[in-house]
Amino acid sequence: MACIEARGLRKSFGTTVALDGIDLRIEEGRVLGLIGPNGAGKTTALNAVLGLTPYQGELKVLGRDPWNERDVLMRDVCFIADVAILPRWLRVSQALDFVAGVHPRFDRAKAEGFLAKTNIGFDTKVKQLSKGMVVQLHLAMVMAIDARLLVLDEPTLGLDILYRKQFYDSLLNDYFDGSRTIVVTTHQVEEVQNVLTDLMFINRGRIVLNCSMDEFESRYVEVTVRPERVAEARALRPIYERQALGRVILLFDRIDRKQLTEFGEVRTPSIADLFVAMMSGHNDVAVGAKA
Amino acid sequence: MSSATNAMPGAMESGGAAPVAISWGRQFYWSVLREIWENRSVYLAPLIVAGLFLAGFILNVLSVRHRTHGMWPFNPAHQHDLLASRYEIAAALIMGTVLIVGVFYSLDALYGERRDRSILFWKSLPVSDLTVVLAKFTIPIVVLPLVAFVITVATQFIMLVLSSVLLAGSGVDIARLWAEASFIHVAVIVFYHLLTVHGLWYAPLYAWLFLVSAWAPRAPFMWAFLPPFVICGVEKMAFDTSHFLSFLLYRLAGPDAGTAMTSGSHADFMSQLIPVHFFAVPALWEGVAVAAVFIAAAARLRRYRGPI
Repeated sequence: MACIEARGLRKSFGTTVALDGIDLRIEEGRVLGLIGPNGAGKTTALNAVLGLTPYQGELKVLGRDPWNERDVLMRDVCFIADVAILPRWLRVSQALDFVAGVHPRFDRAKAEGFLAKTNIGFDTKVKQLSKGMVVQLHLAMVMAIDARLLVLDEPTLGLDILYRKQFYDSLLNDYFDGSRTIVVTTHQVEEVQNVLTDLMFINRGRIVLNCSMDEFESRYVEVTVRPERVAEARALRPIYERQALGRVILLFDRIDRKQLTEFGEVRTPSIADLFVAMMSGHNDVAVGAKA
Repeated sequence: MSSATNAMPGAMESGGAAPVAISWGRQFYWSVLREIWENRSVYLAPLIVAGLFLAGFILNVLSVRHRTHGMWPFNPAHQHDLLASRYEIAAALIMGTVLIVGVFYSLDALYGERRDRSILFWKSLPVSDLTVVLAKFTIPIVVLPLVAFVITVATQFIMLVLSSVLLAGSGVDIARLWAEASFIHVAVIVFYHLLTVHGLWYAPLYAWLFLVSAWAPRAPFMWAFLPPFVICGVEKMAFDTSHFLSFLLYRLAGPDAGTAMTSGSHADFMSQLIPVHFFAVPALWEGVAVAAVFIAAAARLRRYRGPI
């Protein structure tokens, strides 16, 4: 069964179209990165999936209608938005008590185990914790819930490098087991590149790229072209061109790797490179050439 | 929509995986408890007020003892007043306190969680909007009256004990004092008043504050109090009548001001305490119905509301 399935998902705020008829299907057991510029509709899409906003079109999450069945759906879905949402007055012990009191799939001992590895005291209030610790606390609670879908909306916003790295490490080591689905949006694309199994770019309310990471790696090739071969390489219609340290770097879609090796140094692009390429205008070499 | 075919396997799978359901009562209990964690003024404010009142009471009794120089007993009516009128002050003070706490709690109940974004956390848990709103509504109409009852009765008992101790050996007939205090009577009256007036009669007023709290984009206090104020003024201007104002005053004063609080002789109260009189007032049930509509609307609104 698909974890998330949408057909013609639309949402507009007044005259602003946030989601412009999205079709998608996310299978269970995937780790999907939802990447897009600010205002692309990422958060709106996640809010629709979480039952936080009404929408037009068809949307099923774990077979349920999120808008009308949010409370039931939340037994199987967990959610971390950016750091500010844990109530500041809440004590760590109260947070555990409350979630244990209302959530059928919460394993308190497990949460305490995760917290024991941190410096977070059980008597501390959320407002006394640093940003990084609040995220640790939230993650510890979420990882102790036996959910089937975890939604992360900019979970590491404003955290230092150590906390960010630790966040994804513990998510992969202690939580992801191949059957759970994780959907994550972030601007720190480079950090999730090795975590993802699937990649989705969204811009102006539409999906502009939807592929698995395997596909991504076989499809896209970046070549640092030797100066004398630039004209030849350009003839193969790269989707983006940029310059670094005086060298021309071309990004190709679905061009044979062996063929490209003769032009220069070949490598798999980073998600960020592809993102910049695609958001700067499709198949428009001229945009890149100006740089 | 292919909802039927999609929903069935999902429901069955989640049903088989682990113990899924937590009873509604348990979710409700924890939701009420978390409101008390967050709003400690629910019990702290009346406790502090009661403490201050008792301090004042001690000073008062000591000055009475000093002034009379042990020339007891003075006239019996005076002796009755020694406690009865002070009981009323204690009860009025504590009830007024919980009323104020209740008003501010209600205005913030569904607004504060949007302002501090914590609504996103609460909505990430499998608790329905209606459960949350009902749990919050329980605070002003059940929890606060109960807190007021316990603290009022405890305060009055402490007053009785304190006056016995402070007046011991001053010639006051302590046994008479206890008899006059009619402690149980007063407790029953206080309980009745809290149950009927604070719990039921005021329910639509609190529910209105909840509705505003769920809806207001900002400044819920203004949205709650400005419209009634303007309606009164416009009605007076347009029709030269004050129906809305008298409607509000009736709602605020209670159905029968006579039963409101202790006064006169104790025998009278008990005869007025027959609940049938109160429960036969149609306005009571109209108010309860209005409260139900407001609360349902507030729960519905919460579904659409996100952080502001």
